[in-house]
Amino acid sequence: MRTALALGLSLAMPLLVMSSLAMSSLAMSSLAMSAAAHAQSGAAEGQKLAFDRGKGNCLTCHEIKGGDLPGSIGPKLENLKGRYDRAELTAILNDETVRNPSTVMPPFGRNRILTEQEISAIVDFLQTL
Amino acid sequence: MSAMRVLLAVAATLGLGAAAIAADKPDPAADAKAFQDYFVKKFPKVAFDDFVNGPYSMNADMRRQWEEKEQFPPYEFALEAGKEMFAKPFKNGKTYADCFPNGGIGIRQNYPYFDDKEGKVITLELALNRCREANGEAPYSYVKDEMASLTAYMAYTSRGKRFDIKIPDDPRALDAFEKGKEYFYTRRGQLNFSCASCHVQSPGERIRAEILAPALGILNAMPIYRSEWSGMGTTSRRIVTCNSQTRAVPLEPQSDEYRNLEYYLSYVSNGLPVSGPGARP
Repeated sequence: MRTALALGLSLAMPLLVMSSLAMSSLAMSSLAMSAAAHAQSGAAEGQKLAFDRGKGNCLTCHEIKGGDLPGSIGPKLENLKGRYDRAELTAILNDETVRNPSTVMPPFGRNRILTEQEISAIVDFLQTL
Repeated sequence: MSAMRVLLAVAATLGLGAAAIAADKPDPAADAKAFQDYFVKKFPKVAFDDFVNGPYSMNADMRRQWEEKEQFPPYEFALEAGKEMFAKPFKNGKTYADCFPNGGIGIRQNYPYFDDKEGKVITLELALNRCREANGEAPYSYVKDEMASLTAYMAYTSRGKRFDIKIPDDPRALDAFEKGKEYFYTRRGQLNFSCASCHVQSPGERIRAEILAPALGILNAMPIYRSEWSGMGTTSRRIVTCNSQTRAVPLEPQSDEYRNLEYYLSYVSNGLPVSGPGARP
């Protein structure tokens, strides 16, 4: 999985230039920055959304502290703050296929599984892990 | 992202060269070999014939529970019903046996086949309903109940016989195979999964508490009793449910797309034994 992520990163530079999706995710992240003050309440809401089967449903594939019956398809979500900044996490949630075309992670933003606000709250939560 | 690009990405993970995709003429035999080699290499401890046992071949705990359950298999009721239905004459006095080679016994491994008169793929479920209609009977629902019972019985009489799907050297048959392959590897639905996302890229992994089955051998166990369904389901039901669970719009059972998909997926499991009817969580 880590190799896949690394491969995805090496693909990301040219794709970032070309992709309007990446542009919109940058715009989203600056919006989210201004909302940093709300991050704490956002994190609690984000955890709810991350664990909700009809919303993020992250536990279906990822092990997350505090969640029951996790799946094993994706990597364990831990130490995320040290490894990714807000913009990167937002971009992954929006459409991970931009970085890694063969990922099985659903494009939560692009396919409107989650709204921008919901993604922002989940990013708040992921940054507490 | 275009379907072709996804196809290439997955082909790369399957170890197929770009040349295999770009080749002028489809080569089902080479595709099947690459497909089977991929799973054998990914799961070196799984015996080849064990792939027909889906998640049980990948997880020791689940296997133990399943082996206990097989003492009183949950598909037994459907199997008994199917045996009776199969023997009972239609109103015109004929039976299912009159519609099939070898009286319908021990033939599951040959389905689907390519019908050169019609120029299309014929699945066992389709052949059963055509048999009914040809004899003045109403067709059954493709997804469960009677259809599951009949196919359970026909699979049971074929247990252990190895899948032997034929692709004649006919451009229409090769086209059906290629279309089935494209359907299998194309992402769709809100969750953006292809069949291969789960059953080629992630078999053996857990989605929540479930274990994803390998695509290799997945149809050899059909029809199945699923605890999640509290009942039996056919190949049609399995595919329709996969589509809806990934938030794609399912097609009509036995649509050309699904028939081609079944043709592709069955062909690449050639050599594996029939194990149906099966039981799954």
